[in-house]
Amino acid sequence: MKLEFEHIPAGHCENGVISSLLKYHGLNISEAMVFGIGSGYFFAYMPFVKLNGIPLASFRPVPGMIFAKAAKRLGIKMKKQTFRKQPKRAMDELDRVLEKKLPVGIQSGVFHLTYFPPAYRFHFNAHNLTVYGKEDNTYFISDPVMEYATTLTYDELKKARFAKGPLSPNGKMYYPIEIPEEIDLKSAIRKGIKQTTDWMLTIPVPLFGVKGIRYLSKRIRKWPNKLGTKRAAAYLAQLVRMLEEIGTGGAGFRFIYAAFLQEVAGVMQDDRYNDMSTEMTKIGDKWRNVSSLAAQTCKGRSSDPDGYNTVANLMLEIADDEERFFTELKKLLK
Amino acid sequence: MEKDQVPQDIGITGGVTREVQYAVDKDGKYVKVLSKGWEPKNIVNELAWDDIQESIDIANEKIMDEKASPLLYFMEKSIMDVSLLANYIELPTWKVKKHLKPKGFKKLNQQRLDNYAKIFEISVDELINYKPEN
Repeated sequence: MKLEFEHIPAGHCENGVISSLLKYHGLNISEAMVFGIGSGYFFAYMPFVKLNGIPLASFRPVPGMIFAKAAKRLGIKMKKQTFRKQPKRAMDELDRVLEKKLPVGIQSGVFHLTYFPPAYRFHFNAHNLTVYGKEDNTYFISDPVMEYATTLTYDELKKARFAKGPLSPNGKMYYPIEIPEEIDLKSAIRKGIKQTTDWMLTIPVPLFGVKGIRYLSKRIRKWPNKLGTKRAAAYLAQLVRMLEEIGTGGAGFRFIYAAFLQEVAGVMQDDRYNDMSTEMTKIGDKWRNVSSLAAQTCKGRSSDPDGYNTVANLMLEIADDEERFFTELKKLLK
Repeated sequence: MEKDQVPQDIGITGGVTREVQYAVDKDGKYVKVLSKGWEPKNIVNELAWDDIQESIDIANEKIMDEKASPLLYFMEKSIMDVSLLANYIELPTWKVKKHLKPKGFKKLNQQRLDNYAKIFEISVDELINYKPEN
């Protein structure tokens, strides 16, 4: 049994899965729209949370939050289930829902996804994909990160759903059960933007929003001396990976947000959002320069402090740009 | 970024897939463009895999010097650390640390060996007879 489900490649897995699940149920909401309404734009530098032993810089809120907020603001009811240590039950329940002709969103680990290029396969557990059918031992998979739809065997899918370690999915699955006839898109958009401007400008801890970008910029300057050549390069490399790797749409989600603002201009019939979108594109381009400069600096593992300072300077510039940007954007809500 | 500037530097995607990149077309409208990859991403990904290879090499040296059991090699090869492996085998980390030493490894019963082999998707034979190639 294979459902009539359209595979749509996306910039980010979480938004991509929700967007295509809703499309199956007749609601056309783009990935960028889900991202904006779910307040996916963020910056956090968390020295106390480590990934591969390196402090985490994140360009998004915690996994699952975009999804939860977008659903709530759009008035969509989702059924969510987890199955701690019950893989058999988790697979049975998936089969049962598929039988009802409902595609299912799944949280999965990346390490066990055999269809990924080997270079993608780290132990990252907050990936999302859609299962849209089953024949014998094979599940039909729409993974938004992949160009084409793909498949997994029963055992492979079970392993991916019960990957261990941080953010382990515990078999988490979800699907829409109630979609309202009329959706108040404007109100959902306003709530999404409002929260993002608050997060970027007003969290009173220097690790989040534009303050977080400035704080990280300060730290980066110290890395070559404090950590030594090798570790410093590893730290910088991880920053680039957070900015560019699977599921950011590039430059830490900034381009997806620019695409969102362009759609908002249409919905609100307000051209000022188009201007904001153009500004956001410029900010995205600057983040891309950060990635490019940082990668050049780590290549060959140079400990030349100049490279680190150049990256840090550019980040300060971006922090100023983003502060101005969100102050302006907030004014549009009034 | 503009549509015709979306890079197509093949690397980590290995030609298996293309990634969505958001970019503006010539009318300034946002579109999704498929990209084979981008050099800066390829550079940092390679760096990460170099570090993994280095850990594997160190594991092999320790095994040859009889300072570590074959488990260490398979752990590093699977990009795991002790706490992740402990999670998978459902044992406390101090026990896994013992198994990573030759002495503790020799004492493992058949059931434990089976479980470890299953995690690494290899046979028990492959696990206990692993010898690093010089």
